[in-house]
Amino acid sequence: MEIKSNVKNFSFYRRKTSNIIMLTFSLLAALVTLIPLIFIFYYTISKGITYLNLNFFTKLPTPVGESGGGMVNAIVGTLILIAIGGGIGIPVGIFTGTYLSEFGHNKFGSIVRFLTDVLSGIPSIVVGVVAYTLVVVPMKHFSALAGGVALAILMIPTITRTTEEMIKLVPQSYREAGLALGIPKWKTTLLIVLKTAWKGIATGILLGLSRAAGETAPLLFTALDNRFWSTNVFQPIASLTVYIYQYASAPYKDWNDQAWTAALVLIILISLLSLIFRIITRSKYKTTN
Amino acid sequence: MGWEMYTNSVLSIRKFGFGFLTSTTWDPFSQVFGALPMIYGTLISSLLSLIIAIPLGLGVAVFLSELAPAWLEKPLSFLTELLAGIPSVIYGLWGIFVLVPWLRDTVEPFLQNKFPNSPFFQGAPYGFGMLAAAIILSIMVLPIISSISRDVLKSVPNSQREAAYALGATKWEVTKIVLSYAKSGLLGAIILGLGRAIGETMAVTMVIGNRPQISASLLDPGYTMASVLANEFTEAASDLYLSSLIELALVLFIITIIINIFARLLVWSTERKWKLSPM
Repeated sequence: MEIKSNVKNFSFYRRKTSNIIMLTFSLLAALVTLIPLIFIFYYTISKGITYLNLNFFTKLPTPVGESGGGMVNAIVGTLILIAIGGGIGIPVGIFTGTYLSEFGHNKFGSIVRFLTDVLSGIPSIVVGVVAYTLVVVPMKHFSALAGGVALAILMIPTITRTTEEMIKLVPQSYREAGLALGIPKWKTTLLIVLKTAWKGIATGILLGLSRAAGETAPLLFTALDNRFWSTNVFQPIASLTVYIYQYASAPYKDWNDQAWTAALVLIILISLLSLIFRIITRSKYKTTN
Repeated sequence: MGWEMYTNSVLSIRKFGFGFLTSTTWDPFSQVFGALPMIYGTLISSLLSLIIAIPLGLGVAVFLSELAPAWLEKPLSFLTELLAGIPSVIYGLWGIFVLVPWLRDTVEPFLQNKFPNSPFFQGAPYGFGMLAAAIILSIMVLPIISSISRDVLKSVPNSQREAAYALGATKWEVTKIVLSYAKSGLLGAIILGLGRAIGETMAVTMVIGNRPQISASLLDPGYTMASVLANEFTEAASDLYLSSLIELALVLFIITIIINIFARLLVWSTERKWKLSPM
């Protein structure tokens, strides 16, 4: 009897301790995960703030050794690249997503759906190589257009999937109502279904755009870099992310500091995008309530 | 896309054949290109990062889905997703100026003192190297693993938990049951994380040291496929050089596609399993 209860006690305590140990580990894991986040934000803000002034937004980069200067060309360049990427990626993504949810309930549709998923997992640098062979090689020089194509390829999966999910949420009765009024199917899709799902789709677009804004790898050998003011889409163009990479790897302290500022500006830019994203989703809930 | 890369790399495929994948020499000056050091670097840095990220990621997922009270779960999930939204170049920036000096001055000398004979900690502590790359990668992979596993764990039917509690199980024992129920979905989450780690370019390029060599030491610089592309693509002066780089991209592309298809199928198959047996 005695032995038996001892065994029971032992296993009870063992179970209790392992319970506590594992649960504590889980809590610690959650805390450890937050540490890098806090660190990164802390450093980006505290180091980036030193160069964050009007010059940064209005002046061109200065040569090494000369202090001051800004990155206005890179900020504009990033915006241009996102615009080109969006100009190609948004329509393709929306149309693919619409096709998948309205007409894609067949074998072809599921193949496209699967390929979109696979596309979203392809490393961005590989996308850059593809954009290089597709655009840079035929045109024989680097250009903002090539960078935009690379960003578009990266955006398409995100936009396609959100469009499909959002359109699926549109009640079937809307479509039936449209068809009952004798409106052709394409018009129903375009004017009724897409219009109803529009806000949801917009969030997908913003998500895609903000991802693209943070991409560096595919721009390195498509959009390249440009130290001067340029808005010509057929010429190389500067971007914030490529500047961060170059300035961080450079051996000049001045440049390193500016890299932090560029990082801060980039984060602010992306947060602005996601702020808009949040406002749009909120107003969506208001209207449905 | 695959075709486009194949046609552009025909030159190096013809010249080097399968030797491209097994040769260790990468020498642009004498026009000899072998990709083994990069393939090695890519795989090792990714696997090391998974060793760090899997226990942490699963720990976070368990915390979020099983332990955290509702008021804590939302903001915490939001923060982990924020971690996923930071551009990789900013991770690299942070890696260069914060992580690398810390490793160089504190962690690596400490490791060398503690394990003077271990083959993993030989060589000068540069800071830049495999270890730095693995740590940065694990931070970047963590949010993917934790958010997907959280979703997988949440979709485990509550009846499983209730049944275990009814048998007098402790919280951790219940969690073990939930984890084993969600096994293949969790594996899928991990493999998706692996796919991300293998393809990650900027942050790794900035901290790994960029030297095409195979070395057991974690402190030595290495090279990954993605960072070769990032560094050398614009410098590729000859057609053969360029086509070797594109072939490297093709190899990377094929590896990630296989990994992704495998992971998707795993996640799908678990979802289907639950749909067939609704509880």
